[in-house]
Amino acid sequence: MRKRGGAIMMEMLFYIAAAVALLATVLALSRANAAHALIYLIVSLLAVAVVFFLMGAPFAAALEIVIYAGAIMVLFVFVIMMLNVGREGTAREREWLGGRNWIAPGILSALLLLELMLALRHAPAVTSGVAVTPKEVGLTLFGPYVLAVEIASMLLLAGLVGAYHLGRRFIVRRERRR
Amino acid sequence: MAGIWLIPFFPLASAVLLLLSAGRMPRQLAAWLGAGSVGLSAICVASLVNDFLADGQVREVTLWTWMTVAEFTPRFAFYIDGLTVVMMSVITGVGFLIHLYSIEFMWDDESICRYFAYMNLFVGAMLLLVMADNLLLLYLGWEGVGVCSYLLVGFWYRDPANGKAARKAFVVTRVGDTAMALGLFLLFTELGTLDIQPLLAAANSTWQVGDTLPVLATALLLGGAVGKSAQLPLQVWLPDAMAGPTPVSALIHAATMVTAGVYLIARTSGLFLLAPPTMEAVAWIGLLTLLLAAFAALVQQDIKRILAYSTISQIGYMFLALGVGAFASGIFHLVTHAFFKALLFLAAGAVIHCLHHEHNIFRMGGLRKRLPVVFWSFLIGSAALAALPFTSGFYSKDAILLSASEVGGIGLWLWAGGLLGALLTGIYSFRLVFIVFFGQAHTEPDRQPGWKMSVALVVLCALALAGGLLALPLADVFPAARAHEASHAIEYISIGTPLLGLLLAYLMFLGRQINFDRAADSIAGRRVRGFLFSGWRFDQLYEVLWVRPYTTVAHWCRNEPVDRVYNAIVASSQWAHHKLAALQTGELRWYATSMVFGLVLLLAVMLRNAT
Amino acid sequence: MGGLQIPMEQVLALAGLLFSCGLLGLMLRRNIIFMLMSLEVMLNAAALAFVAAGAKWQQADGQIIFLLILSVAAAEVAVGLGLVLQIQRRFKTLDMDQARRLRG
Repeated sequence: MRKRGGAIMMEMLFYIAAAVALLATVLALSRANAAHALIYLIVSLLAVAVVFFLMGAPFAAALEIVIYAGAIMVLFVFVIMMLNVGREGTAREREWLGGRNWIAPGILSALLLLELMLALRHAPAVTSGVAVTPKEVGLTLFGPYVLAVEIASMLLLAGLVGAYHLGRRFIVRRERRR
Repeated sequence: MAGIWLIPFFPLASAVLLLLSAGRMPRQLAAWLGAGSVGLSAICVASLVNDFLADGQVREVTLWTWMTVAEFTPRFAFYIDGLTVVMMSVITGVGFLIHLYSIEFMWDDESICRYFAYMNLFVGAMLLLVMADNLLLLYLGWEGVGVCSYLLVGFWYRDPANGKAARKAFVVTRVGDTAMALGLFLLFTELGTLDIQPLLAAANSTWQVGDTLPVLATALLLGGAVGKSAQLPLQVWLPDAMAGPTPVSALIHAATMVTAGVYLIARTSGLFLLAPPTMEAVAWIGLLTLLLAAFAALVQQDIKRILAYSTISQIGYMFLALGVGAFASGIFHLVTHAFFKALLFLAAGAVIHCLHHEHNIFRMGGLRKRLPVVFWSFLIGSAALAALPFTSGFYSKDAILLSASEVGGIGLWLWAGGLLGALLTGIYSFRLVFIVFFGQAHTEPDRQPGWKMSVALVVLCALALAGGLLALPLADVFPAARAHEASHAIEYISIGTPLLGLLLAYLMFLGRQINFDRAADSIAGRRVRGFLFSGWRFDQLYEVLWVRPYTTVAHWCRNEPVDRVYNAIVASSQWAHHKLAALQTGELRWYATSMVFGLVLLLAVMLRNAT
Repeated sequence: MGGLQIPMEQVLALAGLLFSCGLLGLMLRRNIIFMLMSLEVMLNAAALAFVAAGAKWQQADGQIIFLLILSVAAAEVAVGLGLVLQIQRRFKTLDMDQARRLRG
């Protein structure tokens, strides 16, 4: 199949975005400083948004940026700022990251990855290449999936109430000393 | 007579009153209430007997329907015929005399209230037993007297031995009662009723002589009778039941309750006549029991145990009579036995009472002059027991032996065995008289029997002497017996045997012309004496056969073998809990890692299945 | 508007890689903030797989499931960060190896 130059460039873009996502994720999860990690995570999310866009899901890509990389990560930023971990905290993180701690998680993750790859062996298919527009998403969302929307709203409400409750200070004051 | 229901009502009501008073009733009141209620019953019975003898009509009184379960509607009803009248007279008459005697005998006992409550309850239950119109009501009375027997044998419950004797009596009779209950079930399922008269009629129309079912049913009823009347092989409880107060032994374990088995067989005689094998078994049981008990009575040393064995022996005679079809003779012997055995027990009780509760006959002796009333009572009772001519026992036992001799085939054996038993009876009864009342005095009586005891003894003396002249109104109850046409030789032998026994007893125990001391002291003699003394080692046999396996199983069960399984489950889950709780480290990363581990395994399995 | 035709197994392999990275981080890190980040990565990887499937079949369902995952992630982060604050106040540490009062 002959490909036009633009398509080849787009394809390259996909691989670059994928590489960036992967690299940023690895870096994010291996940082000692939480703020640095967060920035890498945002990069990773932006890269995934690019992948979404390339696959023809512009709505998802926008949401990924706005909500994931925007709202959720901002929450992290706030919390990190409130905790104010500091230099010794970073040093401690670095200490925890060293040496033998990697063995068991590394083996297990590698095994899981291996299994996932094995499972993917027999899936020779390509994406359709046709975009699913936000209009279609919206029609489907408030058509057959309206119940899911309700459930999601309930979930978010529960999250709201839970976060409000957990964030209050008096819980600490009422705790009995053991 | 309209007030038939009053007869069992008086003692039962008195028992309830005495029990409700919980021992706080003044002893004067308790004693006279206890004796008086039975006295009132006796008066009612006397009036009933008067009416009955005048018109001879069977009386049926239905009080109420007991319960209604589909086809099964047993009534609370009484059936009064000649047999019932005889039994009621014995129970209330002899019962009243024993109650009267008890007032004095039990006067010093702190639990006199409880004593009379149990005694009255017993009389009420026994009356229900004999008056019952159906077998279920009879069974109620049957179990009622069993309970009273248990309560009264263990009356002095502070001594564990008495409690043990009571339990033994209860459990052993329970074996028979279970058989009897099964018999009742069988009769009900086969014949559809438990009312005695319709039942007998139905049996006669449904079954032929010699069918299997009547044999089975009567064998089961015989089991109950054997248990209650202490016959082979369930005779072991009666000697131990002497742990109760002596008047109790007189009333329950001599005159009335132990003869309930005889009454049961007589009452259902129509059924037994359909089962010749059972009848033969009854006769053989009677014969073996009477010989066994008579031998055992020869060597006993406890005055009450001698009388207990003689009771077993005499009931053996009654069974012998029933077995050869001489029902009237059996009941006749029951009545005379009630008189003379109650007399003997009461006299023995008087001896015990006057000798600081001494039971061993070899520590008595020479009481002839010291307790004259008791001596004469005992002498008359022993004469009647040994069936010396012209006493009451003579007539009844003679009738039984004659009936046995007239049965073809085995009859001669039965007669000979009965005769041997009569000889032994003569020996052991007069051994008792000679050792207790003659010879050297070993213990001095510290008091004389009072008027209540004496009245009871004298009246019973008269009955024991003249009871043989009574004509019991039993002609309508049982099939007519054949007229006795015995040869004179048999008559003379029957008369002579007890006299021979008396002579032998005199020579052995008083005159000492025959001396068995050396033979008895030899090794073999000791063995034989020990064997007979223990009642033919039946206790030991049952100990090995039943008691020990049972207690072994009980001990085994005491360790809760089933619970152990559950305890093991509990223990293993607790163990697993302690082991598994170690996994719950509280570390989030540990949990995450284990979940991932599981996920990896799961995926591996799925992949393996997919390919 | 046209999209790109990408082999499915490559997209799914990317999702699997991201997921494994998230898992590795979850198991490795002791700081609860990093654990929450790892969870975000894992959720994101799952969402990627869904969106890829939606693109393959040219259906909106994949993106809708992405939306649902997004709301789950939002709620989870809200509650999780609230818990982080509580843990910091109670245990004076974010080390989850020390906050182990649920030990059996």
